[in-house]
Amino acid sequence: MTETDGPLVETRGVAKSFSGVEVLHGIDLDLRAGEVHALLGENGAGKSTYAKILAGVHRPTRGEVTLAGQPVSIGSPLEAQRLGVTLIHQEPLSFPHLTVAENLFVGGEDTGVLGRVPWRRMAAEAERLIGALGVTIDPQAVMAGLSIADQQMVEIARALASDTRLIIMDEPTAPLTPREVATLFDIVRRLKAEGRAIVFISHRLEEVRALCDRVTVFRDGALISTAPVADLTDDDIIRLMIGRPLQEYLHKEVASLGDEALSVSGLTRGGAFADVSFSLRKGEVLGVAGLVGAGRTDVARAIFGIAPAEAGEIRIHGKPTTIAEPDDAIAHRIAYVPEDRAIAGIFRTLPVDQNITAAAPRSIGAGPFISPRREREIAADAIDRLSIRLASVHQPIGELSGGNQQKAILARWLLTDPEILILDEPTRGIDVGVKAEFYDRINQLAAEGRAVLLISSDLPELLTLADRILVMSEGRLTGEFSRAEADQEKIMQAAVPRSAA
Amino acid sequence: MTALGRLVRVREAGLVVMLVILAVVVGAIQPRFLTIATLDIILLAIPLILVAAMGQMMVIVARHVDLSIGSILGFASIAVGMMFRDIPEMPLWLGFILAIAIGAGLGLVNGLIIALFRLPAIIVTLGTLSLYRGLIFILSGGRQVDPNHIPEALIRMAQTSPIGVPWIVIIAFFTALLAYVFLRHLRLGREIYAAGSNPDAARLRGIRVNRVTLVVFSLSGAMAGLAGLMYAARFGYVNPGITGVGFELTVIAAVVIGGVSINGGIGTVPGVVLGVLLLGAVSVALPILGISGFWQDAIYGAIIVIALIVDGSVRAGGLVRLVTGRGG
Repeated sequence: MTETDGPLVETRGVAKSFSGVEVLHGIDLDLRAGEVHALLGENGAGKSTYAKILAGVHRPTRGEVTLAGQPVSIGSPLEAQRLGVTLIHQEPLSFPHLTVAENLFVGGEDTGVLGRVPWRRMAAEAERLIGALGVTIDPQAVMAGLSIADQQMVEIARALASDTRLIIMDEPTAPLTPREVATLFDIVRRLKAEGRAIVFISHRLEEVRALCDRVTVFRDGALISTAPVADLTDDDIIRLMIGRPLQEYLHKEVASLGDEALSVSGLTRGGAFADVSFSLRKGEVLGVAGLVGAGRTDVARAIFGIAPAEAGEIRIHGKPTTIAEPDDAIAHRIAYVPEDRAIAGIFRTLPVDQNITAAAPRSIGAGPFISPRREREIAADAIDRLSIRLASVHQPIGELSGGNQQKAILARWLLTDPEILILDEPTRGIDVGVKAEFYDRINQLAAEGRAVLLISSDLPELLTLADRILVMSEGRLTGEFSRAEADQEKIMQAAVPRSAA
Repeated sequence: MTALGRLVRVREAGLVVMLVILAVVVGAIQPRFLTIATLDIILLAIPLILVAAMGQMMVIVARHVDLSIGSILGFASIAVGMMFRDIPEMPLWLGFILAIAIGAGLGLVNGLIIALFRLPAIIVTLGTLSLYRGLIFILSGGRQVDPNHIPEALIRMAQTSPIGVPWIVIIAFFTALLAYVFLRHLRLGREIYAAGSNPDAARLRGIRVNRVTLVVFSLSGAMAGLAGLMYAARFGYVNPGITGVGFELTVIAAVVIGGVSINGGIGTVPGVVLGVLLLGAVSVALPILGISGFWQDAIYGAIIVIALIVDGSVRAGGLVRLVTGRGG
């Protein structure tokens, strides 16, 4: 497929900044035709940003990309497609209401207003493309009715329709069953044999080992190392991924733990998590580590009643309890500060004070009435205690910085005086200074005898705060470490799925 | 055939069933309903709605809505009616072209405001609904175009044709046929579904979503303009304060009953034609049953709501289960 013997794609010094902050620093990387190249790294290491630059979704802030020896500027996904570069998104980006054949051919070329849809040729071509992948999908089937795996196959078929030279797959196996993964691997191997280049982004080392020729590790937006997979052990790769020297942790004194506040046993919800059991005591901070998609948030949502478990038992203060919806959880004095505050947490357009009092309507008035004065007072008190920085309590919360929004959400739930507090990635995307305040606050909450379940992808954070750390991987608990025995390497060893699923 | 495909088919079949039930029940009570004469009345009741519904369904499939079509209909009919009055020698065909062009122009204005300023269509067209209605009064000085100024040839188009069925009925079904071909066989038609189904994906695929917006609103306006001239033919006069008022609600009801999803991406021309027929049949059945005028509006409205509830529960049971796992 390539005209030259050199690499198919070369990037030199490719960097990307978002609103002035550089998230990807000068990436030099060669991708060869006929190889499967793994990109590995922790969440937020820059793999996806790099992939999106190749696919024309983002423009690099600096650096250059050459394709088959020619410098190219990939300004849009459509241009990328013309150049033969396709990104397969983890969640297929398709048209749910259209048929498979329509999804394969809609868009892409500008044929003017009166271009005809060649139905018959389209159906035959769709049949051929899908057949070439060795899978059976009805071209007339509506996309929304297909499994995620089949939708992915359609995306791959679409890439082949435009004779793609470089296919980037961003965690394609995450939503797939083992059998679907095997089918995907067969197809990837065939594409490789045809001389195409494949970039494979995954967290799963055993998949990387089974499929890939070379591996590149990203960390903190920089390329750390590129090497043939065979030259690295799993331990090497994990060490490269964690990389940073272990930080000095502020060591909190071991809290005196009280009685059991919450315990779950055999908690299961199909496709999300299975057989999760743990207990949490008053005054304890229980950390939950794991990679994105490990099922941690799903467990939190189950305990809080947003998407209840299908099997298993939840006990609160030793008593079996049914939590069918968030109201039940709130009645048992559970609070949940969700992971994505923009979606599940804040009321963006409402003022700060109303956001803070939203979970405790009883505190600001009787019956159907609300006392704005009381609301202001309560909010002012919370703002003071958590040192939330803002212009006015009447400011829409959306105008606050991420860290201050997060504090306001925490303040909201503290108003309900929770006994069990679930924090899901509480410090993601907030700056270091505010983080330290948060850490103090979380320690203090535990010292007051509250039970804290802390979900975090920030390992130093967990090692700083947690009395115990659970590790989840692919919906199951794969490790439990006391504060004394936990370290980053052990946690990552447990978090990275590697035995065949 | 897939489950969703079956559902769409079931939906169109469901409309046929509803039509049959209506005919049987009303016919049992009042046999006069099951005569050719009634069919004529129904066919004459629907052409305006059918034509405008073709434009409206494209707008809704593209995830917008056009509330201004009643005012566009009024504007085009007043403007062209005044031309017929003031320039008696103007040929009929030119009147049709002008009505369609005026409608398309007003629709294009809607589309431009929505696409350029990224505003929600429901608000923009609510604004132009009033704006265009206001312009009608300014243009006409508040005076209606009387029957004696409407060309006789135009009025005859609502009464007969060489094959017996009035011309405006033929025009309406021909428009539906064109819409069918456009949506099914032209790339631009497909892009309307794509843009409405998932605008982000459409942009990433290089579909010019803004162009889709301009096209659907221009077409919706053009068809409202055509309906304006059909109004003049059918009723023989055009009045600034009456012509087209409330028309958008009837059309949107027909489109939604016809199975077009208000969330975009779904809808077929045959479904919308059946939706229009059902609505037309109901509106004719009510007076035939001798239901008092006081009750007709309420019953008509109730039937719309019931049709939507039935449709909604079909979707909740079928479609939603299908797409769970994709976040609904």
